[in-house]
Amino acid sequence: MTPPPRLLMAVGAGGAVGAVARYAATEVAADGSGFPWTTFAINVSGSALLAALLLLPLARRSSTWAAALGPGVLGGYTTFSATSAQARSLLADGRAGLALAYVAGTLLACLVAVTVVGLAAPPLPGEDEL
Amino acid sequence: MTALLVALGAAVGAPLRYALGHHFDDGWHHGTLAANTLASLVLGACVGWSVGGSALALVGTGFCGGLSTYSSLAVQSRDLGLRRGAAYAVVTIALGLAACSLGYLAARL
Repeated sequence: MTPPPRLLMAVGAGGAVGAVARYAATEVAADGSGFPWTTFAINVSGSALLAALLLLPLARRSSTWAAALGPGVLGGYTTFSATSAQARSLLADGRAGLALAYVAGTLLACLVAVTVVGLAAPPLPGEDEL
Repeated sequence: MTALLVALGAAVGAPLRYALGHHFDDGWHHGTLAANTLASLVLGACVGWSVGGSALALVGTGFCGGLSTYSSLAVQSRDLGLRRGAAYAVVTIALGLAACSLGYLAARL
């Protein structure tokens, strides 16, 4: 069940592009010590774009492009580990309310985004969601 | 230079997440769950060790950021439906926070 090398390479190249875009965004607007708005915006926008992936004819035609753009670019662009680390840091600083608002706010905003976009976009097959 | 290290780390992390998903994702997305938990553990250790500069760009921003994903978590949760989706998301977030704290504390020992 190992994915074909062609898809792994597509995800690797896409992931590199997405991660650099995330890095660039945090260079332009660093998260600071309060609510991590930049990471929040990255995760919400990346989730919305993943839900919209199959509006793109290129992604519908080619499984390689779908892997490069979905689990690749958008998987690399969004980050779950940073939200964990930011929430841990807020908790360690005794800012439990802010940590909860950040964690719950990110999840809810991402779910609303993918649900709204999903009304207009074709559903993703399992492997493109990764 | 920093951007190159971020790209390099993500070029390893993202395919690892994809392979984990292919091997272990079923009705519960265990592969994605494992990728997000592992990335949180490693990033927590990086913070605990006060890793900075080039190493943080490569391992933290690149590898952990590429290995973990929020976009898939959101779409998968939606597709699981309200109850199972909420349970999957809450378990992912709880495990991520626990793994990150564990990594941080282990690095501080």
